[in-house]
Amino acid sequence: MTVQAKLTLGPVLFNWRPEDLRDFYFRIADEADVDTVCVGEVVCSKRTPFFAPFLPDVVERLAGAGKEVVLSSLALIMTGREAAQARELAATEGVLVEANDVSVASLLAGRPFVAGPLLNVYNEGTLIYLEGMGAIRSCLPAELSADVISRLAAAARGDIEIQAFGRLPLAISARCYHARSRNLAKDGCQYVCAEDPDGMAVDTLDDEPFLAVNGTQTMSYHYLDLLAELDGLQARGVRRFRLWPQHVDMVAVAALFRSVLAGRSDAADAAGRLSGLCPGAEFANGYVHGREGRLLVEDDL
Amino acid sequence: MERPVRPELVCPAGTPAALKSAVDAGADCVYVGFRDETNARNFPGLNFSRKELEDGIAYAHGKGAKVLVAINTFPRAGAPELWHRAVDDAARLRADAVILADIGLIAYAAGTHPDLRLHLSVQAAASNPGSIRFYAERFGVRRVVLPRVLTVQEIAAVNAEISPIETEVFVFGGLCVMAEGRCALSSYATGQSPNMNGVCSPASHVRYEEQAGGITSQLAGFTINKFGQGEPAGYPTLCKGRFVANGKTSYLFEEPTSLNTLAMLPDLVKAGVTAFKIEGRQRGRAYVAAVVQAFRTGLDAVMEGRAVPDIDLDRITEGGRQTTGAYERTWR
Repeated sequence: MTVQAKLTLGPVLFNWRPEDLRDFYFRIADEADVDTVCVGEVVCSKRTPFFAPFLPDVVERLAGAGKEVVLSSLALIMTGREAAQARELAATEGVLVEANDVSVASLLAGRPFVAGPLLNVYNEGTLIYLEGMGAIRSCLPAELSADVISRLAAAARGDIEIQAFGRLPLAISARCYHARSRNLAKDGCQYVCAEDPDGMAVDTLDDEPFLAVNGTQTMSYHYLDLLAELDGLQARGVRRFRLWPQHVDMVAVAALFRSVLAGRSDAADAAGRLSGLCPGAEFANGYVHGREGRLLVEDDL
Repeated sequence: MERPVRPELVCPAGTPAALKSAVDAGADCVYVGFRDETNARNFPGLNFSRKELEDGIAYAHGKGAKVLVAINTFPRAGAPELWHRAVDDAARLRADAVILADIGLIAYAAGTHPDLRLHLSVQAAASNPGSIRFYAERFGVRRVVLPRVLTVQEIAAVNAEISPIETEVFVFGGLCVMAEGRCALSSYATGQSPNMNGVCSPASHVRYEEQAGGITSQLAGFTINKFGQGEPAGYPTLCKGRFVANGKTSYLFEEPTSLNTLAMLPDLVKAGVTAFKIEGRQRGRAYVAAVVQAFRTGLDAVMEGRAVPDIDLDRITEGGRQTTGAYERTWR
């Protein structure tokens, strides 16, 4: 029997009030059955200063509770100020850093780091190159199939992590669509992204839910749910699963994933309970089945 | 190869005929792809066989132009041979450079063909000096095609930090509004993506439906836009559609529009850009000839210190609309 896979709580991708975010992490520290917690602004550098004063306390509380803390980097680094932020992050001692941009991986070369899901790791060549630089763990991009995942897991020396819950980060841009939706420019955005703690739903002209906008990031409308695929992915060598925080009871969500991983709960039963924890959410799992990401596929992996 | 003394005009060719048109119209470089999923314009009826590339390179070199081969999708796990063979063949046929995006493939090319000139594809989205230096220092990449996320001022700042690494920017054509190579919207809807399959919003998933009062354009069953009677129905590229958010209907991501920076060429030259790229390997000879001529005229004017003439490119832009995109800060 293989070792039970670990659970990573991904960084909060949304713009939550700094105090709410702190309290969220305090509760995660005290109550959530996850092995690793990622902290840090990934989407928009304009948000970074607001949480900075709370960060040391949050890291201390999480570490004190026995969680492995990972600091996640920005995904799109364009300005000198953002590059300086990245250098400062990479220079942090005694903590694992997750690179979501090649420049950050480059800064971290020579010491252990995490290759984040927003780096393009599609094949063995790139995976092995990053591992050679020091990547001890690689969280793979969303759009990969189970077949690709198993090939990468077979080639990996480090751990392969797969996104398993939450709205999928699908694209990042220089342009802020939240601001644009309110006829504002990014420079004067009034932080309107904070009004949508789970992202702003984007429907088609026929009122069909399709995508979600989180500032400069475009996400899936559907929540990823791989509860039913956990066993199959573990059998293919996946060692970790990432839960993306949504504005729901993430302690309970983590407990569901843990109970399925530990064999205490049936996946179908857990999926029903997950639905109850995320009122109104629709779910998808198409990518790992080699299909359109938006689909909910019921076949076994 | 030394740093070019004058900026290069880099032009698209999806077919041998378009390659000839581009060279004849004054292209310094033509970029092409092989007829398979190794390049980001993997469309039916497009691209080059090995023999066509060989002939195209002979034609271009005979007229003093260069040929660059785009191998800029991300190799599929378990099947890197197709991508390795593309790099090997480009080197063997004496392409002037290959344009790559994947770290593993770049490492392969640098290790296997140390004399092959490497350009970094826009699909690698190297948007800052740290990323650019990563590819230059580790693999000897000579030129980086910048993602369409930076302002002219930011491009100037990047160039000041990375010299003598060359930068190439897009000056005309289709426009990604997301950072290139970092977008999975297409596969979310259709199962096929630029990174994995070399296609975005593929034609195989497009449907136009006649409804009362007009035409609906769909991608994989999702309505991307609706057009009134007599209004021309545009192609349903996912990020150029109309959507409803926060109770408001709008082109949330971007209008159907084309990038056109002809008037901005002096600023881009001043920002230290080395090469100017025209998008459109999927476009026909007439498009290629018209755009290449316009930008040849514009670039020559800049280099001779003259004003850039106003050349009307409306008829070949998407929806007749033009933008300078991310090069101006207000776009964001």
